[in-house]
Formats: sequence, C-alpha cells, structure tokens
Amino acid sequence: MKTRAVRGAVGVAGAVAVIELVSRTGLVDETALPPASIIVARAVEQLGDAEFRDGLASTLGAWAGGMLIAIGVAVPLGLALGSIRWLGDASRVVVELMRPIPSVALIPLAIVIFASTTNVKMSLIVYAGTWPILINTLYALREVDPLAKDTLRSFGFGRLAVLWRVTMPSAAPFVTTGIRISASVGLIVVISAELFAGGGGLGTYLSRTQSGGGRTDLLLAGALWAGLIGLVINVVLVWAERKAFRWHSARIEGRA
Amino acid sequence: MTVLRTALRYVGWALSRIWLVIGLLVLWELLTRSREDPFFPPPSEIVPELREIWFSGPADHFFLTSKAINDFTPSLAHIFVGWLAASFFGIVLGVAVGRSRAISEYLNPLIEFGRAIPPPTLIPFFIIVFKIADPMYIAVIIFGVIWPVLLNTIDGARTVDSVQLDTAKVFGITGWQRLWKVILPAASPKIFAGLRLSLSLAVILMVISELIGAASGIGEHLVNAQQSFQLPSMWAGILLLSILGLLLNGVFVLVERRVLSWHRGAQRLES
Repeated sequence: MKTRAVRGAVGVAGAVAVIELVSRTGLVDETALPPASIIVARAVEQLGDAEFRDGLASTLGAWAGGMLIAIGVAVPLGLALGSIRWLGDASRVVVELMRPIPSVALIPLAIVIFASTTNVKMSLIVYAGTWPILINTLYALREVDPLAKDTLRSFGFGRLAVLWRVTMPSAAPFVTTGIRISASVGLIVVISAELFAGGGGLGTYLSRTQSGGGRTDLLLAGALWAGLIGLVINVVLVWAERKAFRWHSARIEGRA
Repeated sequence: MTVLRTALRYVGWALSRIWLVIGLLVLWELLTRSREDPFFPPPSEIVPELREIWFSGPADHFFLTSKAINDFTPSLAHIFVGWLAASFFGIVLGVAVGRSRAISEYLNPLIEFGRAIPPPTLIPFFIIVFKIADPMYIAVIIFGVIWPVLLNTIDGARTVDSVQLDTAKVFGITGWQRLWKVILPAASPKIFAGLRLSLSLAVILMVISELIGAASGIGEHLVNAQQSFQLPSMWAGILLLSILGLLLNGVFVLVERRVLSWHRGAQRLES
C-alpha cells in the first residue's frame, strides 16, 4: 500500500518533470507546450479570475441540473418499460437504435430551437445522459432473480411491493453504474456545447482564450481543472457506490 | 408444415420487437405533419433531402454526389486514423500496465487523471498547436478514445486465468509467444468491449471537432445548415450521422462475433 502511493507520486512527479524539461530545453516549442510549473501557476491564478470561476460554476450548475433531470426521467421510465415484458422487449430495440446517435450532432439543432443557452446545455445533457441510465435500468431488470420475485409473490406481496423490495434493490447497483457513465458523458456534452455555442461556462472561457491570441498555458491550466473536477466526481461516485452497495460487491466476489 | 410454423414464429418474434420502432416513426410523421412547425420537418421530407444532398450522384460513383465525397472522406479518415492509432497505443500500453505491477503503480494516478479530462476541453489547445487541419482532428480523437481501450486492456491483461499462465509456463511458452498465444487471446473479449466504446466515442469527437473547426467534413455541413437556417438540410445531417453511428456499431459487432467466436464456444463448453 505504501509503495503504491510512493510509486504513484513518483509517476506524477516524473510526468511533470518531463513536461518541464522538454519545454525549458526547447525540445518542444514553448508556446505550444509551456513548462509544467507555469501551467500550475496559471491554474492557481485562475482561481482568482472571476470570469474563470463564473464559467466553471455555470458549467457545473448546468451539468448537475441536467443530470438530475436525466436520472428523474430515465430511472422511472426504465422501471416501467422493464417491468412490462411485451413493452420492454420492443423498447430495447428502440433504445439500441437511438444509442449510437452521436449526441453532439444535436448541438446545432438545440441552438436553433432554444433561445437561451442554458436550455441548450441542459437539454443536451438530459438527452445524452438519459441513454446510459435507461439502458442499464432495462438490462438490470432482466437480471433480477426470478426465484426471489416468485417467493415474495407466493407470500401474497403485490406487484408494487415486489418492485420495491426485490426489483429495485437488485437493480440499483447497475443503475448507479449507468449514472456514473452518464456523468462523464454529460461533462463531454456540456463542454462541447459551450465551445460551439458560447453563452458562458468553461467551454466558452476556453474558446475565447484560444481565439484571443493562443495562450496555451491558460488552456492547459483550464484542462487541468477540468481533469481534477472529473476525477473528484468519479471518485465520489465510486465511493458512494461502494458504500451504498457493499452487499452487492460482496455477492459478486463471493460468486467469483 | 413445420417450416411454415417456424417461419411464422420467427415473424411473430420480429414483430414483437419492431412494432414500437414503426409506431414511433408513424407518430413522428403524423405529429410533425399536423403541427407544421418549420423547426421540425416530417421524416418524409428529411429522407428525400438526405438522398438529394449525398446519394443522388451518378451510378459509377456508387450514387454518391461530389458533396458526399467531399464530406465523407475527411470525416471517415479522421475517425479511422484516430481510432486505429488510439487502439494501437491503448493495447500496447494496456498490456504493459496490466502485466507489470510496478508500471501499473507508477502510471495509475496519471491514467486516472487523463481519462477524467473531458476530451473536448483540449480542442482549443489542439487548434493552437496544430491549426485547423487534419492533425488537429486526429489528435482530438486519439486523446479522447484511447481511455476505454487502455482501461479495458489493462483489466483484461491483469485478469488472465492463472491456470492458463501456469500451463503455458509448464510447456515452456515464454516471451512473445506467451503474449500472442495466451495473454492477448485471454484479454481479447475485454479489449473488444473497449474498442467498441472507443469507436462510438470517435464518432462523437469527430463531429464536435468538425463543428468547432468548421472547415471540413459532415460537421461543416451541419454548421452551414444551422447558420443559414436550412432546417431540413440540418436534420438530414443529423440523420446521416445517426446512420453512420449505427452502421459502424453494427459492422463492429459483426466483426467482434467472428473474431471472438472461439471465445463463446469455449464459454459454452465450460457451462
């Protein structure tokens, strides 16, 4: 465990040193790849830049709102479609046909339809974020142990009680995996929309920096923040998943 | 008689799955026809538009128009070059990380950080470094789609069955042969899952980098249609990209089934 942390730190330090060196020695053009120390310094400075902070807040706000709506739409829809067999089979075909549609192709359409850029962003996050959750919910319902359902039914529990006591707990881990996939897809879509449509946010900050004279140090510092935020979101979701579904991972390990 | 019954059962099975798709298409047509909203043209207008723009060319060009050749060539080239390069680097690095504990411990934080960066974030950076040209599009795609291949290869290479490895050891299979004959085949189902994810992500990144670059490909068509408010033409572009996504996914699944058929056979034997 200890060597793991030390080696990880060595790996990060090594990467930082390589970037610093190739840039300082002129191996790579310094305007293309600034030294690591400068990128980190810019990232710290960006915290004091109101434009950057507001952009970040606007991006994360739209992302969080869109994710909540996507979860609110996809989970009940998945439960409903998946519980009714004749509808579930047919809807899986629809979902499989819709899933490969590249969500960012809808950005120009969303811009034409919605006047407000917040609505453009939110609608795209909801659209793109719904599919992974819906698919995981649909497939999770197929995996529910029929024996457990039949047992409860034979004890006289109704449909809703079976849904609440057996189906939902057994589907929940798969649904949260879907939510985790949606979270990263949502970030991709929201930043894409901001890059293309403008209207505030991290993406707009980045595209303005790019067109305003090519400051790669600021762009990479922004990407550093985006990576850190993505990392935090992922770590939190994985941690919550493990904490909430300890029994699930125990069961999987027990099986293997 | 039995042939007829099997055929009927097959038709029934297909109908029980496809009726909702047909129903939704009909509903889409009826709703857009009755509303007459210029933003939402009916599908019966979008499909002829799609044909007119890209597929009404001469027969000796496979019915492709010259605009189709201009649009498809750069877009498909970006997708495939970027995807293939990312797959190569992802698999090579992934096997190294998956088989060596030390390498994995050194690189793990960097990999976790790299994959957490939403790929479009780096588009402005790549535009400055490569200008708006082919290397820019390809760099965006490579950076964006390498992660699913890398992570899946690491996972696959790490979890090779120890009985297989021990057996190989007993028979004196080492080095490259061990890699080609034992590790890569054992990891291939996971590698293919990563490759499939990457391919659909490559389409997304191709579209977004072409939307922002707006200098070539299907993305440029979308931007032009949007800016001149040609809604049917824009919908046709979206439909085209959807068909492209479906086609690539379908072809990939077919290839995967062929390549991994031994794997499913082996699984069936086990169970």
